[in-house]
Amino acid sequence: MTTLKNSKGFWLSIVLALIFFGIMQFSISSGMLNPFYINTLMFIGINIMLATSLHLIIGITGQFSIGHAGFLAVGAYASAVMTMKLELPFIIAILAGGIIAAAAGMVIGIPSLRLKGDYLAIATLGFGEIVRIVLLNIEYVGGASGMQVSHLTTWPWVFACVMITVIVIRNFTNSTHGRACISVREDETAADAMGINTTYYKVAAFVIGAFFAGVAGSLYAHNFYIIQPSNFGFLKSFDILIFVVLGGLGSLSGSVLAAILLTIVTTFLQDYPETRMIIYSLVLILMMIFRPQGLMGTREISTLFTHKKTKGGKKDGSHNTVA
Amino acid sequence: MEATIPLLKVDSVGIRFGGLKAVSDVNVELFPGELVGLIGPNGAGKTTFFNLLTGVYVPTEGTIALNGENLKKQPPYKITRKGISRTFQNIRLFSELSVIDNVKVAYHSLAKHAIVSSIFRLSGHFSGEKDMDEKALEFLRIFNLDHFKDEKAKNLPYGQQRRLEIARALAANPKLLLLDEPAAGMNPHETKELMNLIAFIRKEFNLTVLLIEHDMSLVMGVCERIYVLDHGQLIAHGKPGEIRNDPKVIEAYLGEEVL
Amino acid sequence: MELIQQLVNGISLGSIYALIALGYTMVYGIVKLINFAHGDVFMVGSFVGFYAITVMDLSFISALLISMFTCAIFGVLIERIAYKPLRNATRIAALITAIGVSLLIENGLIYIRGAQPEAYPNNVLPMDKLDIFGVSISSQSILILSVSIILMIILQFVVHKTKIGKAMRAVSFDSEAAKLMGINVNNTISATFAIGSALAGAAGVIFGIYYIKIEPLMGVLPGLKAFVAAVLGGIGIIPGAMVGGLLLGVIEALVSAAGYSLWRDGVAFIVLILILIFLPQGLFGKNKREKV
Repeated sequence: MTTLKNSKGFWLSIVLALIFFGIMQFSISSGMLNPFYINTLMFIGINIMLATSLHLIIGITGQFSIGHAGFLAVGAYASAVMTMKLELPFIIAILAGGIIAAAAGMVIGIPSLRLKGDYLAIATLGFGEIVRIVLLNIEYVGGASGMQVSHLTTWPWVFACVMITVIVIRNFTNSTHGRACISVREDETAADAMGINTTYYKVAAFVIGAFFAGVAGSLYAHNFYIIQPSNFGFLKSFDILIFVVLGGLGSLSGSVLAAILLTIVTTFLQDYPETRMIIYSLVLILMMIFRPQGLMGTREISTLFTHKKTKGGKKDGSHNTVA
Repeated sequence: MEATIPLLKVDSVGIRFGGLKAVSDVNVELFPGELVGLIGPNGAGKTTFFNLLTGVYVPTEGTIALNGENLKKQPPYKITRKGISRTFQNIRLFSELSVIDNVKVAYHSLAKHAIVSSIFRLSGHFSGEKDMDEKALEFLRIFNLDHFKDEKAKNLPYGQQRRLEIARALAANPKLLLLDEPAAGMNPHETKELMNLIAFIRKEFNLTVLLIEHDMSLVMGVCERIYVLDHGQLIAHGKPGEIRNDPKVIEAYLGEEVL
Repeated sequence: MELIQQLVNGISLGSIYALIALGYTMVYGIVKLINFAHGDVFMVGSFVGFYAITVMDLSFISALLISMFTCAIFGVLIERIAYKPLRNATRIAALITAIGVSLLIENGLIYIRGAQPEAYPNNVLPMDKLDIFGVSISSQSILILSVSIILMIILQFVVHKTKIGKAMRAVSFDSEAAKLMGINVNNTISATFAIGSALAGAAGVIFGIYYIKIEPLMGVLPGLKAFVAAVLGGIGIIPGAMVGGLLLGVIEALVSAAGYSLWRDGVAFIVLILILIFLPQGLFGKNKREKV
């Protein structure tokens, strides 16, 4: 019965999303939305993809990765090479960006088998920096001066990719495979003892997360006219990390909300980058001290509405189980 | 019982951490359907022995075989899938997961639907998840935990957490169940209930059970055979009556607790 | 001879890494926190030294002492305000906070004084060239190296011969037991931050004199590399941080000498990942296993 109810909510949110898509598409094509807002919309979409893909790695699987900008960079450059150097269609570029980033995810996922917690964090940070330095040294993609990219990212592309990302990550999480990942996060030793191939699921989380970060990178690259290695430093990784932390480690809807909220904040503080970073850093510090579980904790929006009901059930349960 | 082949055969197993021999030259044979106790004073190496059986530690000497198959250098998850499942001395539940999800995780290795099927919500996903739901609920019913199924594991009272851990270990479909001080922290009434439950599931699921207990009197009551470990070595093994009167066992326990 | 020249450069740079790495390693040893803000303490130290020399017209040694003193206080403030409330939180929460503190210091300074760089005056120390076996070595690098070595010797003395050093070692070994033995854990942790930050402050001044240019984001890369040095030597182990720092400096110099100067910054991270995979306990560390 609960599955039926859940899927009802699922289809409702899809319908709502499609309506939102229609309204936005109409506003854009009729010229009601000025380029500034359109651009903000694109960024919101790209950031949702980055936030949810990192959420899978950190929030669900508990692998503290702070090199997500590395996957973004791999996707961005791979897709730019596809369209600009090999003159392939955009859709191929998007897929190639995702797949090549996923391969990078596998490469970084493998050391993660041996590392835990803060050591893994530093290793992934190092990985992100290595990606940046490698790109800096490849003449084929323009080195430090970067690479010219044509503007191909449009609202329908962004919308479609965001929807696919969120649905795939949601479906993965709400299955036995997602539970396996969560068990790794909760207690790796116990997960192992319960027959979970922890290595496999850690790498799987990195590969899937990196794939969508790479797809986001393709959209990101083709939303600009130029990409440079300096766009993908660890500050970018921290930006993405903040979405996940603010939203609540373990909450998909929390990551989405945080990505929307912070992208809007960023847009309004575009001309005051230090102010933005001061706000970000204060949010991080205060959050960890006063509400380390983030805005949503591990809950999802859908559970907020059904909260009352489960509470009632709980009381019933505790009464008749003494034996 | 002596005529059948052993389910578990541990042949002169030992492990050294640096220079320290934590366990050495242990020989254990468990036959199908037995309920066997492993006792010994604190620090005798009982939990280390469990960690050797489950692949958390790799023995530096000796062999462990399940149904005649050598388990050497198998990772813990593979050993679990071959049929050895365990609980932990200090409860290790997935505390943020719901009670039923804790059990479902253990059932994961028996699930048939692949990642792709879940991502694209193919029919395999739905039938697989439904199957898991039903199986998990069955285990919870046996342990009287079905009322708590949507509660987070960390919110359960202590005694229920111990029971949930056993339910979870059982869901992994073991032939051999290893229980590490399952009654620790329970009152006499809860302990007695737990022992009845263990006796029940052993019959119901055709299990062999190896039980670590600190409390001798408790083990004497339920176990058919007992192994005694002290300073990493087996000092005695036999029927409860024999163990009770074994001078070596009494010596090992003397000063630790009065028999 | 070019090679020896590069080695000398490597050792000078390495001694700066080592000074920063000491703070990382001491703090990690005692509270198991990667203090991301440590590189920014180094940066603040550099700026304090700069203002002491240019505005207050002080000598090298006075500037060094003022910078060390200021950084010690700064380090303790960071610990008391941001890290202390999180002492029992998860390590990930502490790490996120440390990242937040780092961003706050960098952007706070940019907000106050702008992002423009400053240049240390080049007459703080005599610039004689010494000719040793045909290799010309500036008296500056020798002075820098000696200051670093003196500081490290003082640190060894403090850690092994003084009461506070004993307390630090006790807390890092087992903070609960130390508390039961009557050691004031909070003060000991603060003292560790103070000493580590003072060393980073000294490194900041030395960096400014050696490399001239300083700016608010200058602490990020040396900070990360110093962490790599600490991991290389075995995190939590003081002599390990010294050796790790010097080794990393020399490795970087050799990579530059081999004509790959653009890859120099990447080498540290490759070293890090290799060390983490193949020798996670570092050169001087002992392997620990999780208790099940």
